[in-house]
Amino acid sequence: MNAKKMDHLATGIIYFLVGVVILLLVAILSYILFNGVPDISWKFLTSAAQSFSAGGGIRDQLFNSLYLLLLTIIVSLPIGLGAGIYLAEYSTDNWFTDLIRTSVEVLSSLPSVVVGLFGYLVFVIKLNLGFSILSGAIALTFFNLPLLTRNIEESLRSVPNLQREAGMSLGLSHWKTTTKIVLPAALPGILTGLILSAGRIFGEAAALIYTAGQSAPTVDYTNWNIFSATSFLNPMRPAETLAVHIWKVNTESVTPDAKLISSASSAVLIIVILIFNLGARYLGNKLYKKITATK
Amino acid sequence: MKQYNLNDSYITEIPGKRALSTKDLQVYYGDNHAIFDANLIFPRFQITSLIGASGSGKSTFLRCLNRMNDKIAKVDGQILYRNVDINSDKINVYEVRQHIGMVFQRPNPFAKSIKENITFALKNAGITKKDALEERLESSLKSAALWDEVKDNLSKSALALSGGQQQRLCIARSIAMRPDILLLDEPASALDPISTSKIEDTLNDLKKDYTIIIVTHNLQQASRISDYTAFFHLGHVIEYNTTAHVFTNPKMQATEDYVSGNFG
Repeated sequence: MNAKKMDHLATGIIYFLVGVVILLLVAILSYILFNGVPDISWKFLTSAAQSFSAGGGIRDQLFNSLYLLLLTIIVSLPIGLGAGIYLAEYSTDNWFTDLIRTSVEVLSSLPSVVVGLFGYLVFVIKLNLGFSILSGAIALTFFNLPLLTRNIEESLRSVPNLQREAGMSLGLSHWKTTTKIVLPAALPGILTGLILSAGRIFGEAAALIYTAGQSAPTVDYTNWNIFSATSFLNPMRPAETLAVHIWKVNTESVTPDAKLISSASSAVLIIVILIFNLGARYLGNKLYKKITATK
Repeated sequence: MKQYNLNDSYITEIPGKRALSTKDLQVYYGDNHAIFDANLIFPRFQITSLIGASGSGKSTFLRCLNRMNDKIAKVDGQILYRNVDINSDKINVYEVRQHIGMVFQRPNPFAKSIKENITFALKNAGITKKDALEERLESSLKSAALWDEVKDNLSKSALALSGGQQQRLCIARSIAMRPDILLLDEPASALDPISTSKIEDTLNDLKKDYTIIIVTHNLQQASRISDYTAFFHLGHVIEYNTTAHVFTNPKMQATEDYVSGNFG
């Protein structure tokens, strides 16, 4: 076979394999969306779930998912940022940084159900936090931190060294160069990674079943007192998220419309994650243009 | 490669005021001894070229002069600036770099607007008055012969400029700090001939107020713009003399071979 034919063949095979990947994705997405989207209504999104009768919505679960996501990011972003900056800008390669990187890798490959059970034993039982949004957020931080740290480190490393030298040569300190020159240049990448990891958090169920709990108590959306037991902002209340709700409706629900609820919830979940992903790109680009002042 | 006696060298006396000098400067990359006993005196308000083959240590030497090698290499010996040894551990390196600026081989403007590229480090150094910043912005861009090309687009991204413009912006950024000494590491090697000649003109103008030390691979460039030339070979300073002498009447065999193209 000559080089040209060989090249054609290889190109064909690669196209085919890419096609398989896209086909799988399109198949799953369209199955979920076709089954779920017709049942999504404003009422479904804004009414509370029902335990026994038909017609329940996902208002609380949707809010819980978003609130838990927000808390998780608030907890994990500063830690991830600090660790990422240390690894990319301050550390020299030695046994200690090797240890950190290995730990990060091991942490990222932990099965989420193990993280959930660990969270249950340590935070829910030992530290007496109970089934709560806080326990869930801490468990998800374990889950999220490795990817976030890695992403921040990579984003910082992708900023050319010339930028650091430019900062240093003008008499800026290492810290100033890092925070004012390198970090802004890496921000679009960091933001994209953050939003993509938010998608993972949003869809996570196994780590939350034993930490944030499986019940969604009725909360008062007009009560802004974060310490009040009925406030929607209270981080110490149990909170069933959307992904946990899907799991629960499918396994132990007795409502007659369980199938409808689970497919509509799945569609909502997928749509929100899609919005995160597309939003990440859009925001990343926009931010890059704003920072670099390119039109 | 021809063998030369590396311990034999010719270093001329420098008359007049000196801006910077090194005394027995040694540089080590790990076990690798990269610069041997460099003793050079740089005259004030003159352009000095550092020439030599790749790996001769000229860039390494240059980067020592404002402590840019701190984290990369071990530098022993003295670097005297205003009678202070700035190679000492007690020296505030950030302040040293405000007095001794540097322009790099590849243009490296910040991913910010043209204006911010100039003003950012100034603000950091404590200059916050608006008119002072505007004045520095305009004067430094004028000195770098860039003002006329960018004055209407100062809020445009520096990354949108051409390579030659970016490099002149980097020069402007350095001189906006009003350093005493400007170090340039092959500033024109990534540029086309027109941009190169603009940069050379700029350097010639800057000589009035700045001491310039430039590393270059381009021998014509060295002979065109510099007053003094130092020839480096395998980490040793072989010859240091006025540019005219180095190029027309070199004292050392290695220098003669290098400038006449019979090297290696």
